[in-house]
Amino acid sequence: MRYDWDFGAVLAQAPLLLDGLIGTLRIAAAAIGLGVALGLVLALMRLSPRWLLRWPAAAFVEFYRNTPAIVHFFWFYFAMPVVLDVSLDAFLAATLALATQSAAFYAEVFRGGIRSLGPGQWEAGRALGMTDGQAMRRIILPQAMTRMVAPFLERSFELLKTTSLASTLAYGELLFRATQVNSATFRPLETYTVLAGMYVLLLFLFSSAAGFAERRMTAFR
Amino acid sequence: MADIVLETRGLCKRFGPIEVLRGIDLQVRAGERIAIIGGSGSGKSTLLRCLNFMETPSEGEVLLDGVPIGAPRRHRDGRVTTAYSPAALCRVRQRVGMVFQQFNLFPHMTVIENVMEGLRTVKRLPRAEARGKALAQLHRVGLAEKLDAYPARLSGGQQQRVAIARALAMEPEVMLFDEPTSSLDPELVGEVLRSIRTLAEDGTTMLLVTHELGFAFHVATRVIFLADGVFHETGTPDAVLRHPQRERTRAFLASHAEFTF
Repeated sequence: MRYDWDFGAVLAQAPLLLDGLIGTLRIAAAAIGLGVALGLVLALMRLSPRWLLRWPAAAFVEFYRNTPAIVHFFWFYFAMPVVLDVSLDAFLAATLALATQSAAFYAEVFRGGIRSLGPGQWEAGRALGMTDGQAMRRIILPQAMTRMVAPFLERSFELLKTTSLASTLAYGELLFRATQVNSATFRPLETYTVLAGMYVLLLFLFSSAAGFAERRMTAFR
Repeated sequence: MADIVLETRGLCKRFGPIEVLRGIDLQVRAGERIAIIGGSGSGKSTLLRCLNFMETPSEGEVLLDGVPIGAPRRHRDGRVTTAYSPAALCRVRQRVGMVFQQFNLFPHMTVIENVMEGLRTVKRLPRAEARGKALAQLHRVGLAEKLDAYPARLSGGQQQRVAIARALAMEPEVMLFDEPTSSLDPELVGEVLRSIRTLAEDGTTMLLVTHELGFAFHVATRVIFLADGVFHETGTPDAVLRHPQRERTRAFLASHAEFTF
């Protein structure tokens, strides 16, 4: 069986695909930023000696770990207006769904990195008269971060690909735009091949930049 | 008689059911150099670590310049224990420096950054002033040419000397050395002990947990033999190390002397 590949029609829709790419990057950037901040708070809560902080954070992580991402998308987009009388646009709903879910996973990444440092570094900081907060900020986190790079990237790649679920909310990200291109061109093979190529290129650029950052961060070893 | 800088009264430390320290009364005068010796598990490291609250004492008091640390707290059943606020402990630790067996340098900082860290973060000194003080201490331990090296590039002996400079930079009233040469290769022990002796000659008040009995003999002003969580025998280096009165001290010293030549 032969198939005549013809990318011309698909490539003619490049502006639409580029618009989708920007949509994907917007959601990913917002969700990573928010997810990292929330994840750090959750990690610190889980490491706290107080159960009143530890317990809710653990419940949050367990909830997100054990439910599929698309449920979070639907919940933020369809359930929030009904339950809380808050209407979110597709961008905000997708960002919140991704950010909260990723925060749960980032929290575990951070917690693992922080726990991987032995008591000696804490003691050295405290012995100089540092508060626990100062020791965390100056001594523990900078070292923990270098150990988190690999799992952090893994999680961020996963997040970037999960942004495609925002298409179910009719948000104009890459996958949604691709389905539009497909409807206009009737060239599904070419459309989704180009789409896959765009994801690969994007993530490849991402991992190259991350590798460079990791080498600089761990120069002291 | 010089003033008492650091004092403990009835200090006890328990780890679960195990009593590690059982009522330690210790008075450290300015300029004293106290060597604490004893077998493994005798509580000597724990005693040192209670003095800067790396461990929280189970009972008893620690006094710095005559002022008790912590606040008494009366329980419903009438018992009185001591509560230690984090802020109070931070203040104590700025005045009681510690050097660890495992050095515990900050691996992500250069030598000079390690020594400046306490001055910058805790004492909030301006960068130039902190750098000046750090340089002075690194000169003292003979490492002024390694400023921009990371700890991973240094030998164990050099790392420990940086750790000493880091503690000294805070200008503590008392220095605690917790087996500072125990994790070093034998040929690196000398350079660390020489640095500590330099401090001794400058009149630094110090407590030193060590297995280097020869060093204790030459540098300490007082030797304490700790056994089963109490002071078993104390006195001048000559009295404890050359003319021990108690059987157990003699046995300990004999086991250390077994393979000398």
